[in-house]
Amino acid sequence: MTSFTLNGEAVSVEVDPQTPLLWVLRDTLGLTGTKFGCGIAQCGACTIHFNGSATRSCVLPLAAAEGAEITTIEGLDADGNHPLQQAWREEQVPQCGYCQSGQIMQAADLLARKPSPSDDEITQGMSGNLCRCMAYVRIHRAVKRAANMAQAGVQSWEPPTGEASDSAEGNQHAKA
Amino acid sequence: MPRPNDPRVGDVHGRDPQQRSSSSASGISRRGFLIGTLGSTAVLAFGLPGIALAQDATDTALKEGQYEPTLWYAIDSNGQVTLHCTKAEMGQHVGTSLARLVAEELEVDPATMRIEYVDSDPKWGYMITGGSWSVNHSFLPLSRAGAAGREALIDAGARLLDVDPARCHARNGQVICDNQRISYGEIVASGTLSRSYSAEELEAIALKPASERRVLGSPGSAQDIPDKTTGAALFGIDAKIDGMVYARPVLPPARFGCQAVSIDDSAAATIPGYQQTLRLEDPSGLCQGWLAVIADSFSAAMRATDALKVEWDVGPAAAISEADIQQEGRRLTEAPTRDNGALFVDSGDLASAFERADADSATLVDATYTTASVLHFQLEPVNATVVERDGHWHIHCGNQQQSASVPLVAKALEVDDSQVTFHQYYLGGGFGRRLYGDYAVPAALAAKALGKPVKMVFTRPDDSRLDCVRSPSVQRLRSAVTASGEILASEHAAAAGWPTAAIAPGFLGEFVDGGGKLDSFAISGADHWYQVAAQRVWAQQNHKAHEAFVPGYLRSVGPGWTTWAVESHMDELAQAAGLDPARFRLALLQAEGRNAGEAPNSVGGAERLKAVLQRALEKSGWSERDSLPEDTGLGVALSFGQERHMPTWVACVARVKVDRSSGDVTVEKLTSVVDAGTLAHPDGAMAQLEGSLLWGLSMALHEGTEYAEGQPSDLNLNSYTPLRMHQVPELDLEFMINDHTPVGLGEPGTCVVAPAIGNAVAHACGVRLRDLPMRAQTLKTRLGNRADDKMTS
Repeated sequence: MTSFTLNGEAVSVEVDPQTPLLWVLRDTLGLTGTKFGCGIAQCGACTIHFNGSATRSCVLPLAAAEGAEITTIEGLDADGNHPLQQAWREEQVPQCGYCQSGQIMQAADLLARKPSPSDDEITQGMSGNLCRCMAYVRIHRAVKRAANMAQAGVQSWEPPTGEASDSAEGNQHAKA
Repeated sequence: MPRPNDPRVGDVHGRDPQQRSSSSASGISRRGFLIGTLGSTAVLAFGLPGIALAQDATDTALKEGQYEPTLWYAIDSNGQVTLHCTKAEMGQHVGTSLARLVAEELEVDPATMRIEYVDSDPKWGYMITGGSWSVNHSFLPLSRAGAAGREALIDAGARLLDVDPARCHARNGQVICDNQRISYGEIVASGTLSRSYSAEELEAIALKPASERRVLGSPGSAQDIPDKTTGAALFGIDAKIDGMVYARPVLPPARFGCQAVSIDDSAAATIPGYQQTLRLEDPSGLCQGWLAVIADSFSAAMRATDALKVEWDVGPAAAISEADIQQEGRRLTEAPTRDNGALFVDSGDLASAFERADADSATLVDATYTTASVLHFQLEPVNATVVERDGHWHIHCGNQQQSASVPLVAKALEVDDSQVTFHQYYLGGGFGRRLYGDYAVPAALAAKALGKPVKMVFTRPDDSRLDCVRSPSVQRLRSAVTASGEILASEHAAAAGWPTAAIAPGFLGEFVDGGGKLDSFAISGADHWYQVAAQRVWAQQNHKAHEAFVPGYLRSVGPGWTTWAVESHMDELAQAAGLDPARFRLALLQAEGRNAGEAPNSVGGAERLKAVLQRALEKSGWSERDSLPEDTGLGVALSFGQERHMPTWVACVARVKVDRSSGDVTVEKLTSVVDAGTLAHPDGAMAQLEGSLLWGLSMALHEGTEYAEGQPSDLNLNSYTPLRMHQVPELDLEFMINDHTPVGLGEPGTCVVAPAIGNAVAHACGVRLRDLPMRAQTLKTRLGNRADDKMTS
């Protein structure tokens, strides 16, 4: 029996303690927002927060989670309205979307450590996460937007009403 | 797999795309349809071809299923419009684009539409998502369906309001007559909706003039995005069936001809949760010598597979290396023949053109360009969850070509196609990988053998080993150019594995009368829009590649390699003529003769390609090209996307910096200008352009692998290294804004970047790279050789 806190609630599972936490989350506990990409901690699709730090759950044995605080994309914000999640929608970041839970969890760790990251710090902080659709320009923009949002103390989020970001037309000058 | 005698095949991406019109492409345009009320929902039903529908029969016909109904969208009594999306959602926001096509003409707010990704069913026609076709092929059918719905709703609404329909118009889900209005939901609830359309009437429906469009070309967000920010979006790998067991495939050392001689699972059996190891017997021959490890959890299956000891009888495929394949490619391109392929372009008298060129002292440029194997590496590894219920097989996974995948699975299960249904999920990346449904076969075989539901997931290395990679290619171009920049003669021979020969042979086509059959997807792009007096293009099938693996469709497919060769070669010709490579191209782009363009897709022809080039030159500072810092270069390349018949006009200028000591190439900036006609969903279009250009950059410098001992040398991210954020250059991107027919955007950006970089490298340091990917070591060696040459000369 392994016990830990998952998204704020105590859970106990009876699973082989060598099982990577990723599979316990997905297959035992039914939280499928955390994804399997490479299995060797290189792509970041499986990123969760382990005692507050972005961690690759595909190589983290369940045994290591005993007593830990685990947060997944489902628990980042009760309403799915973390500033990063808002920014991700406002910047229309996801394409296929498969890596995005991990990207958001990685970015949340980055902003927790550096609330106002520079462009280079965002790039450094996010370069460990692969986006195969290569939505990097928008990921970068969204991290920056979320940082600004948090700094401004803006917490409200209006669902999209058909107005897209201004990148929709014409010129775009983007530097990731 | 599409069968040649399948009447649907010709409708979908028929054997001769040159003659295909977008209106006939989706397999529905020859049918009439009717609009009626079924229960409390309005539906658009597409009847069988040639059957005139009596208006009063509409309701009965729908209820009795008299007509093969293909329902594009439904409106319920609350006015909720639901699009039935037959296309795979894999990052291109296709549901949003298609909903917008309907919404524009139906006069509803696209943001309020629901999108349902439908299961495979013959009633939908041929289901495929690829070729950058979706918006282009759906444009007329869905626009007309929307317009027909609007007309029917206005008719019925006018009757309910007791006014003349001619005085009514529709807007925002309502029929309006002066100050009276009635909502679509009320009209549907009244049950009075009834109208039929013949195929001719549908084609005659007048679509809105572009000046009155409210949806297409306008901003708006993508409907699939919110769930992709909260973990709620469901991908194939998230499928769950009660009572299922987990499986991991055990792939033999090579793709073909292997058998397990002995299996020792004593170590695997110590893994908690391990159940058994199955030998998969596949009557279809797709899974040759495969095993499957079955366990209580995927983690257990994964670890047990690693612990399994298998002795293999290895077939000859394991001995084939990338070098063998490329050596065969070189042989084929040295002397292309009808025995190994076919003619794709044959215009003018090539032999006499070369003779005349020789007599006129034109310069002959003869060069060979290669590309290495490329992995799809879609981030969600292939997987499928299979359950049989009452003799019907349900396949849960993301898939791009259900109409080919159903028969593939049915054949392996030895059941009729009608007993197999693919249930669609979001795709964690498609990029062409999931056009081939091979990954569902072992899951189905395991479910059949066990008599219970099976969820089979491939690990990343498993996925890479099964991958239908982008075939390595060899291309030889031989052209004669005059000092004034005229191309007198050009011969192009390209050798590669042919995806269509391996995956969908019914789609091989003949492009030159008597020229033989070929895979247009493996050669498209060679039929470029530059003026050439005499031109011949050969497509050669490299059978050696087919002996080692299944060549696949990978984002942009053939243009991914043909554009590399054509656009590198154009720069070499410009250099031979002593001309600026951009001005050389501009002079060769004239909308006349075969390059004039034609309705509906290529109106304007080569002039539109010229226009995007001119704009890209302005934006990129091309005029300052001769005064760049040392070891910095600007290179240009053009592409017309996937097919001459459906051109997306793309220009790209790359600015690079070469590090002479390491051979490293840093791409500082990509400037790209694109004319894709009307943009159904402008922000989605921009996202596709951003992603496809960076894919092109990734394949140019960071990806590429090679076959060795039956599998790709690189199976995971420890050695296969797609682009990361820190390698993203500055992007300056622009779309031409016009009202032309929308074309495709998923792929065209990918092919233009590598030649733009190669041309920029040549400009920066004088070294012409002809092999993809461009490796630092190669450039370093070549720079060293040049330095040596200088010292000895």
